[in-house]
Amino acid sequence: MTTTTAPAPARIGGTRRQRPGDRWFSGTALAAGVMIVVTLAAVAIFLIVQSIPGLVADSRTASILSGSFWDYVWPLAFGTVWASMLALVLAVPLAVAVALFISHYAPRRLSQALGYVVDLLAAVPSVVYGLWGILVLAPAVQPVYAWLNTYVGWFPLFGGTVSSTGRTIFTAAIVLAVMIVPIITAICREIFLQTPVLHEEAALALGATRWEMIRMAVFPFGRSGIISASMLGLGRALGETMAVAMVLSVSGKVTFELFTSENPGTIPANIALTFPEAYGVNVNVLIATGLILFVVTFAVNAVARWIVSRRSEFSGAN
Amino acid sequence: MTVIAAPPQAPQTASPLVRETPRLTSGRLPKWAPWGLLGASALISAIVFGIHSLASGETFSVAGWAVVGAALYLALILLISSLVEGSRKGLDRLVTGLVTLAFAIAMVPLVSVAVTVVVNGMAGISAEFFTNSMRNVVGEGGGALHAIVGTLLITVAAAVISIPIGVFTAIYLVEYGEGKRLSRAITFLVDVMTGIPSIVAGLFAYALFALFFGPGIRMGIMGSVALAVLMVPVVVRSTEEMLRLVPNELREASYALGVPKWRTIAKVVLPTSVAGITTGVMLSISRVIGETAPLLLTAGVATSMNYNLFDGRMMTLPVFAYSQYMNQGIPASAYIDRAWAAALVLIVIVMLLNLIARLVAKIFSPKLGR
Repeated sequence: MTTTTAPAPARIGGTRRQRPGDRWFSGTALAAGVMIVVTLAAVAIFLIVQSIPGLVADSRTASILSGSFWDYVWPLAFGTVWASMLALVLAVPLAVAVALFISHYAPRRLSQALGYVVDLLAAVPSVVYGLWGILVLAPAVQPVYAWLNTYVGWFPLFGGTVSSTGRTIFTAAIVLAVMIVPIITAICREIFLQTPVLHEEAALALGATRWEMIRMAVFPFGRSGIISASMLGLGRALGETMAVAMVLSVSGKVTFELFTSENPGTIPANIALTFPEAYGVNVNVLIATGLILFVVTFAVNAVARWIVSRRSEFSGAN
Repeated sequence: MTVIAAPPQAPQTASPLVRETPRLTSGRLPKWAPWGLLGASALISAIVFGIHSLASGETFSVAGWAVVGAALYLALILLISSLVEGSRKGLDRLVTGLVTLAFAIAMVPLVSVAVTVVVNGMAGISAEFFTNSMRNVVGEGGGALHAIVGTLLITVAAAVISIPIGVFTAIYLVEYGEGKRLSRAITFLVDVMTGIPSIVAGLFAYALFALFFGPGIRMGIMGSVALAVLMVPVVVRSTEEMLRLVPNELREASYALGVPKWRTIAKVVLPTSVAGITTGVMLSISRVIGETAPLLLTAGVATSMNYNLFDGRMMTLPVFAYSQYMNQGIPASAYIDRAWAAALVLIVIVMLLNLIARLVAKIFSPKLGR
């Protein structure tokens, strides 16, 4: 008995490796996997190669520069970060609340359908959001801006000359917030649903109200998830192009004022607006700004993913 | 569920000289109370704004009515519940109101976008819109046939590039790379790749092709490459998830019959998860079909039909909507109508893809016994 069973697994294991079909198949799979690593490396390398002439360009070699490359990038980088931060401030509380509504407040049978409905927000193409932002949202919020500017204008953010079209950085931030809410909601919802049911029931059994249960059991469990979801939303907001390109009226001025028509542009929107007509070294300058955007979003996403993965190692067992 | 059940029991065990035992529902608002309060605050707000609009002659402000009504309800429920049920329960009811309100707020843009696009888009939809290109059209007339064809060709090419890469990568991650360093690196990079800004993908495709064909190059296939960069990570993630759902017993049963590993994957694992993979692929297509920025940089803007992916500029629907809006001619309304019509067609395509994907997942997913 033992003599017949012992060699069998060894033989199966030995022959399995040698079949040509197997070798071909695993080779293809490996090649596809390596392809992804190569693609990402290629993205980085091609962007770096093409952007080197842009990084060292000045007003004599590239016509869109008025000073050095960094003078050109600074207002754009500021605008990108400022618009994304505003969007994040608007989106995170809303998204967490929506996720809570779906996971803990809505009737069980409805919750999956409601999740789909929120996901639909993410499916709307950005160019449609751009059209909507410029033709519907901007005129709708302009009276609010004018009112705030008149009565609360002493507050630095609301000061300045109010825009008559509503195409301000705050409108762009609202559109960005609408676009990142579904992303943050989807991740938060997943994480809230993973809260150990025993923790929740223990809290309720001690007499906690539903809100106290959420504060004591759900939020501590999901805190790192909320943070990384917000960072993924930030990454999306940083890179979002068309909506900002269409909605924002740009002057290149660095300002914190929310309601004026003189706004800093953003890196992706600037590329989309300038690239189709760019020539010569100007193209390299734009690619260099794209490289900066790539590095920033890569870093933001990597940190967010790292937080998620670090957390997942602990969540399974305990 | 969140009843504070302790008080009714306390008097029984305590001293006998307590007043009568309270009922289970005493100290609580009746079930209809929140709804009643909601209706009352909506009514009060409507009256206030109605009087204001009558007095000043302005139109009734729906937004103002909703904001004041919601604020009034939150204040009332906090106050009344705090008085009747105690401050903890009051806070709980306030948060319930806030969370529901947040969901309602999140629905506002969705409904607004849908209504605007349908209402404005219908104006530009005509037979001409689907049968003509914009060649030699100035002002009214013309259509988006060239853009629809371009979108289809570029998206199909992107799918042809990214589906094999994505599916095989997922197979590697699940079936071959278990615990290996490379597979962990790929998983991480795929996750990070989902966050690549679409415009960077466009710049990458441009930089790649400009190296071989010289600067200023525009081709349909460049757009496909850019879209494939965005699509691959989505395909990998969804396929990987689906492959992991295949029960190990199925694989082991196949191995036990002496079936080689690659045939097990091709004949057992993939057919089991094909519905989920299809869903993931369709969702990824619906994600990239609406991308504008990378196509603007790579496929460019054109007014004529172009069936050749490898030669010359190619129009796509999102870029069509964008360029119609940004480069308005005379009369402007013709251009804006075309932009909305293109947006409507685009959104219908995306929603259909989403819907079909969900249906496929629901109908064809394998029944795993439990």
